[in-house]
Amino acid sequence: MATFSLRLNGRTHRVEGEPDDSLLAVLRYDLDLTGSKFGCGEGHCGACTVLVDNQAVRACVTRLGAVAGASITTIEGLAPGDRLHPVQEAFLEAEAFQCGYCTPGMVMATVGLLRTTPSPSDQDIAKLMDRNVCRCGTYSRIVKAIRLAAARMKNSDSVTPQAVRR
Amino acid sequence: MIDRDRNGAKRRSASEWREPKRGAGGDRRGAAAPSANIEIERYELRRQPTYRFEVERRQFMKIFAAVGGGLLVASVPDAGAQQESGGGGATQAAARDVSAWIHVDEAGRVTGYTGKTEIGQNIRTSLAQAIADELRVPLTAVSLTMADTDLVPFDQGTFGSQSTPRMAPVLARAAAAAREMLIDRAAASWGVDRAGLTCSDGRVTGGSRSAAYGDLVKARKLAGIVPAETPVGAPAAWRTRGAAAQKVDGRSFVTGRHRYTPDVTRPGMMHGRIIRSEGYTGTLASFDDAAARALPGVVVVRDGDFAGIVAPTDRLARKAAAAIRAEWRIPENLPSSSTIYDHLKKTGTSSGGGRGSAPFATGDVAAARAAAARTFDVSYRIPYIAHVPLEPRCAVAEWTDGKLTVWTGTQRPFGVRSELAAAFRLPEDRVRVIVPDTGSAYGGKHTGEYAVEAARLAKAAGRPVKLVWTRKEEFSYGYFRPAGVIDVKAGVDAGGRLTSWEFDNWNSGGSAIRTPYEVPSQRIQFHPSDSPLRQGSYRGLAATANHYAREMHMDAIARALGADAVEYRLRHLEDARMRAVLTAVAQKAGWPKPAAAGRALGIACGTEKGSYIATAAEVSRTADGFKVERLVAAFECGAIVNPDGLRNQVEGSVVQGLGGALFEHVEFGGGAIVNGTMARYRVPRFKDMPALDVLLLDRKDLPSAGAGETPIVCVAPAIGSAVRAFGAVASELPVRLA
Repeated sequence: MATFSLRLNGRTHRVEGEPDDSLLAVLRYDLDLTGSKFGCGEGHCGACTVLVDNQAVRACVTRLGAVAGASITTIEGLAPGDRLHPVQEAFLEAEAFQCGYCTPGMVMATVGLLRTTPSPSDQDIAKLMDRNVCRCGTYSRIVKAIRLAAARMKNSDSVTPQAVRR
Repeated sequence: MIDRDRNGAKRRSASEWREPKRGAGGDRRGAAAPSANIEIERYELRRQPTYRFEVERRQFMKIFAAVGGGLLVASVPDAGAQQESGGGGATQAAARDVSAWIHVDEAGRVTGYTGKTEIGQNIRTSLAQAIADELRVPLTAVSLTMADTDLVPFDQGTFGSQSTPRMAPVLARAAAAAREMLIDRAAASWGVDRAGLTCSDGRVTGGSRSAAYGDLVKARKLAGIVPAETPVGAPAAWRTRGAAAQKVDGRSFVTGRHRYTPDVTRPGMMHGRIIRSEGYTGTLASFDDAAARALPGVVVVRDGDFAGIVAPTDRLARKAAAAIRAEWRIPENLPSSSTIYDHLKKTGTSSGGGRGSAPFATGDVAAARAAAARTFDVSYRIPYIAHVPLEPRCAVAEWTDGKLTVWTGTQRPFGVRSELAAAFRLPEDRVRVIVPDTGSAYGGKHTGEYAVEAARLAKAAGRPVKLVWTRKEEFSYGYFRPAGVIDVKAGVDAGGRLTSWEFDNWNSGGSAIRTPYEVPSQRIQFHPSDSPLRQGSYRGLAATANHYAREMHMDAIARALGADAVEYRLRHLEDARMRAVLTAVAQKAGWPKPAAAGRALGIACGTEKGSYIATAAEVSRTADGFKVERLVAAFECGAIVNPDGLRNQVEGSVVQGLGGALFEHVEFGGGAIVNGTMARYRVPRFKDMPALDVLLLDRKDLPSAGAGETPIVCVAPAIGSAVRAFGAVASELPVRLA
């Protein structure tokens, strides 16, 4: 066991772990941040998607040793307090969920997608969201939510996504 | 399925199972006596308990859960409308006389209590709509306490699309009764005639007087049962129902705050793992736990063929499980996914018990067949498929003073409570099952073995234990939608009209096995078989397999006769609701002309569980096969309660159907699942999404039926028949060019 320093949601956390521990296990079990979900443990369902240095990654196949020093954002740190990020807002408006289990991962994947591709085409969405599964099949609503968020974030003045009050 | 329990007793296969005598007390440990109302293919409800542990008997002890002051109304079902009993719920008779209740507290907050579970189908919202409507309160004033066996009345489980047709009317009547009781109290305390009083927005009002519901019951409790004659509003008078309502817990989903079972933690909680064979079967041949026991705080549990570990942290649990050296004996010559169809036919029997299994015959099939101008005979093959709920099966178990509490994602909280009570020889009132809103199920979470496993580990550890199945365990130790073989033989007269119809289904099940088409001579039969894989309920049950065979066959006959596939069906359809969805979908899809050159249209229609579906598929040719460009579905389930929620369900059901139609199938051999990972078992993803049009036909004059299942059944035959434009299509699922 060694001590790792994690920059997580704007704060620094010290975690006793091993370099091969998955980031997801550290988030869920060591830090009780359960917004990132365990779905497959293979990096193929996307329920555990988080941002590492602004890039969407699957936390279940990301090693703790690989993210020390990186800046990590989870669903819990996406917007301050009771505010919602425009992507969360869009998912809520489009009712882009059924059971909701994939939703935090979908939201984080969308935030990552819009940071690299602010005006995604259908092909961009299909390609860049391909590692996120909604087993309830709400894909068309998620696409709608992505478009809604993209339009709003483009219209907002700031370059980085701005949290809005709901 | 034939395997052995720890006592070496053969478990009975589905085909060996016999309907127990009515009124028989039944063997509690068997806990598997479904009523005749349960469809035969819900095999998992008949399965013997997975584990039996040596636990001392406990004294019975009553636990009373008290609701505070205010108004309490209980709904007692009519004698003729008793809830069905599921397997594992057979010992529940005493608790069955109340099916739901509603509580209004002194602040006017309304809570409905129901044993139904929220698994993504959004009944937490639609049931609240029913209460809000009848009680004349805003939707925001209503919350639901669901699926906590200490707090809610007995319920058989959330399956079979029953929540909307059965539970919604029960809660609506209870809410209407509560409203009438509040009017009575206001009339009595004001000394006025109740006829002059009305309810709206959480208040009783009459003339110049008005009182909030909460104030009417303050300091003076009010309780009653729902009178049989309680009037409820007809769909035409609905206000909250019939209008789109946002999902009540949507905000907790988008913020990640909702705690599903895998997110539940308890003080002092430890982490469990079950030690299993590499495959889906096997008996323990050797077991070396020395290295695991050497790890700090690790407990190893052996009880018969059950083996597991508990550790203080998830990290140590992973290590301990990996440190166990176990060898398993795998039976030889097990069927594989390539020999399964022969195996099912070879082991098939003429009939078992349960709904949908009785052979149906009318007319004279032999004579009609002999006189037929043309005959069409095809054998269709349906593989096993997996539910793959994103939330894996999971439970958190805690023993406190001999009482067991288990949080778990299940569709049958009371069935799981019975399984736990049986496994640990406890009276049921010493077991509490709490179901957090669950990360979906699709029929796959009807059994409680993971709850039993977590409870066994917690008992050994003396601390609360969380057990989360891995994805591999999901694929190997859950149950599957049954594989099947369906032989269809049809005869037509010189005018092309169907005269004989023979339909034999081996193993997949009896749901929607009967044809909706008018055919004078018919013989239809379900044959239960020995299933090498564990099988059970899946969204829509066998209705998907039976519709695939039937609709592909209808399409083939129409093609062979040079008839239009829609016109040919209509020629044989008298059911006006079926004709309506078929006509609607054909029109919306532009039948028979595809939207672009090089594309082709296919169509299918069907009915199950009181609702009607027709689906059209538009496909294009690709280098390696075909692509689904567009799906159009027309769905009718009576009066619509929550239009947007319904649309979401129909879309989701269609998308799930796309998986079974295009690529889902379980590969197995040598006692193991070959493609049991998310990477290898392909489910629908963004890139697979066609354009999707959903038409909802609202029939305010008809009772609401459930909607989660039926829209799945026509996706595959719509696609399969469309692809025939590009060449012969194999008579199997998934759809592929032969």
